[in-house]
Amino acid sequence: MSGGVDSSVSAALLKEQGYDVIGVMLRLWSDSDSQNRCCAPDAQAEARHIAGLLEFPFYVIDAQDQFYQAVVLPFIDGYAQGITPNPCLNCNRLIRWDFLLERAAALGAKYLATGHYARIQQTPTEHYQLLKSRDLQKDQSYVLHVLTQKSLSQTIFPLANLSKSQVRKLAGEYSLPVAERPDSQDLCFVGQGDYRDFLRKTDPSINKPGPILNPESKIIGEHPGLADFTIGQRKGLRISSPESLYVIRKDIDQNALIVGNKEHLGRTEFFADQVNWIAGVPPQDPIQATIKIRYKSPETPGTITALKGHSVQIQLESPLPDITPGQAAVFYQNDICLGGGIIRSD
Amino acid sequence: MNNIYLDYAATTPVDERVITAMQPYFNIRFGNPSSLHQFGQQAETALDLSRREMAGYLGAMPSELIFTSSGSESDNLALRGTAFASREKTGANHLLVSPIEHPAVLATARQLADLHGFDVTYIPVDEFGMVSPTMVQTNLRDDTALVSVMHANNEIGTLNPIAEIGQLCRDRGIPFHSDAVQSAAHFPLDVNDLKVDLMALGAHKFYGPKGVGALYVRSGIDLIPMLTGGSQELGLRAATQNTPLIVGMAKAFKLVQVDHNARTNHIRPLRDHLINQVLSLIPSSQLTGHPETRLPNHASFVFEDADGNLLISVLDAAGFACSSGSACKTGDPEPSLLLTHLNYSLSWAMGSLRVTLGKDTTSDDIDAFLEILPGCIQQVRELKS
Repeated sequence: MSGGVDSSVSAALLKEQGYDVIGVMLRLWSDSDSQNRCCAPDAQAEARHIAGLLEFPFYVIDAQDQFYQAVVLPFIDGYAQGITPNPCLNCNRLIRWDFLLERAAALGAKYLATGHYARIQQTPTEHYQLLKSRDLQKDQSYVLHVLTQKSLSQTIFPLANLSKSQVRKLAGEYSLPVAERPDSQDLCFVGQGDYRDFLRKTDPSINKPGPILNPESKIIGEHPGLADFTIGQRKGLRISSPESLYVIRKDIDQNALIVGNKEHLGRTEFFADQVNWIAGVPPQDPIQATIKIRYKSPETPGTITALKGHSVQIQLESPLPDITPGQAAVFYQNDICLGGGIIRSD
Repeated sequence: MNNIYLDYAATTPVDERVITAMQPYFNIRFGNPSSLHQFGQQAETALDLSRREMAGYLGAMPSELIFTSSGSESDNLALRGTAFASREKTGANHLLVSPIEHPAVLATARQLADLHGFDVTYIPVDEFGMVSPTMVQTNLRDDTALVSVMHANNEIGTLNPIAEIGQLCRDRGIPFHSDAVQSAAHFPLDVNDLKVDLMALGAHKFYGPKGVGALYVRSGIDLIPMLTGGSQELGLRAATQNTPLIVGMAKAFKLVQVDHNARTNHIRPLRDHLINQVLSLIPSSQLTGHPETRLPNHASFVFEDADGNLLISVLDAAGFACSSGSACKTGDPEPSLLLTHLNYSLSWAMGSLRVTLGKDTTSDDIDAFLEILPGCIQQVRELKS
């Protein structure tokens, strides 16, 4: 529970459906003196209040160390390797599911329910499928593609068939506060400033100034640190040029930022590792699917070929400008989320 | 005992509905609100809902309301807490208080002056004991740590222009505290309308239980806790919260909000009748406090050459419970500090009487009281001479 409207309405729905509900909030690690946004004192007070209103027990479970190990360290490490990591994926897989499911079981719970906007469907062959939310605007299957058959079998998404506006309406009907935790672009564990400040403070060696090269490896400027940039980025380069320049690649060995014009940017082929197939096994043959390379980007059709060792090769039908190593590529067939992996550096 | 109670400013009987609301929290939902388990969670929920409800009626955020043991404790925390925090933060060393404050404020201010070196100024008041905003403004200093002016005076019922004083303090960025213990039973208290930064309440003056109070502390006002220990009450007051009494206070406060118009409409005409009759029936009598700008249940008088203390005893023996500014159970009365401050001569100040009405007072009660009062006063006057 976050104290926000989604998890609160989820709890109310479960309670109404006759479930024996236990509310849980995870205490997550946070940079410096500020509290993690997911479990700040006011969020905790709000969640407690809601548990009190709906009359079920509520516990705060400490996951600070686990979160630091499983989410924060790989995040720092990812930037050290020149990629743009998405810490929410590790958090969902290792903390919000693996870790929490174990704790929930110890509290006597059979299922873990969250306020995510996504659906779970059981097939006649006893397999679980992850489906997009009916509210495509709010669909969160992109960050849930890391879930396994086992975790899906123990998961309930009470908001599966609801739109955000219906959820708000239900909150009113249940007399729950409709407070919204702001959807911040900043990471939950970064206190003051943004992730760049956090990296500089944590390990100054990660983000050092270096050269900006054109595609012909000629030095045309200097960058303040690779972590400040992401693939496809145009702003902040501070180079005067007759045509717009974009970040097309990062060379971690030379600590160099490679920029070029729009034609240099688009790619149709890339690889992804650490792939999770929701079905539990990779497809034997190449499959046609749509691919989403960022949480908020549209899907692009393409072919996915499973390789050895949890990797895939992805061939898009049309080039995309912002294929970013470290971000997830998530595969869909219509409403079904097939799985996804982490985009590989070149 | 069939005596008639006319001392609602001293305390009030607990409303039956309040008792019912409190009951489960003594022995069924008895958990410590700080405990992690479900007994604790039940108590915490009750605490949380009480805080939200009361804060809602006050126009405050729940995090701005601290539960205490009494109105006096709230006054103590307001004064000491802000005085020390302001001194710590800005070096402010001056307190501006009205001389008609409740002893909880006056004695605290005196101690802050005597033991801790704070400079205390008493704001001049008019003949009705009213504090004028102009006099507050005149006495404000750059190093003023806190201004304290009570909303309604307990002894003479006069109401102060709190919102105007609050605005003056706000313009200067100086915290403003008001003791609203007497007024809570009679008026809606919106902290934004009243422009207070701190405000003290005590439950037993509005048909709630004794031993519980609250202090409103506007967000951004720094306080140093006086009771240190656990982090209860946002770290501003250690000690396990008294859940049943807090639930009772919140319930009583809610009932007041719902009922105070009806209660005032019932009480005020009775009180007006009482005042008019007393002043016309009793020779050498005066109303103390403001004739109009006063608590709607409050009548206070002085009678020349009458021993107030003896009068209260005689009235009690005759079946009527009232009080007096100079009342003293040990039989060694001093004139009321307040009346002395308002320049009543000793022969008047020693003969004070306070009659305060409540929601259960009837016109029969008042008629019966008016019937015996002139005789009682005559008796007391004769005994004195």
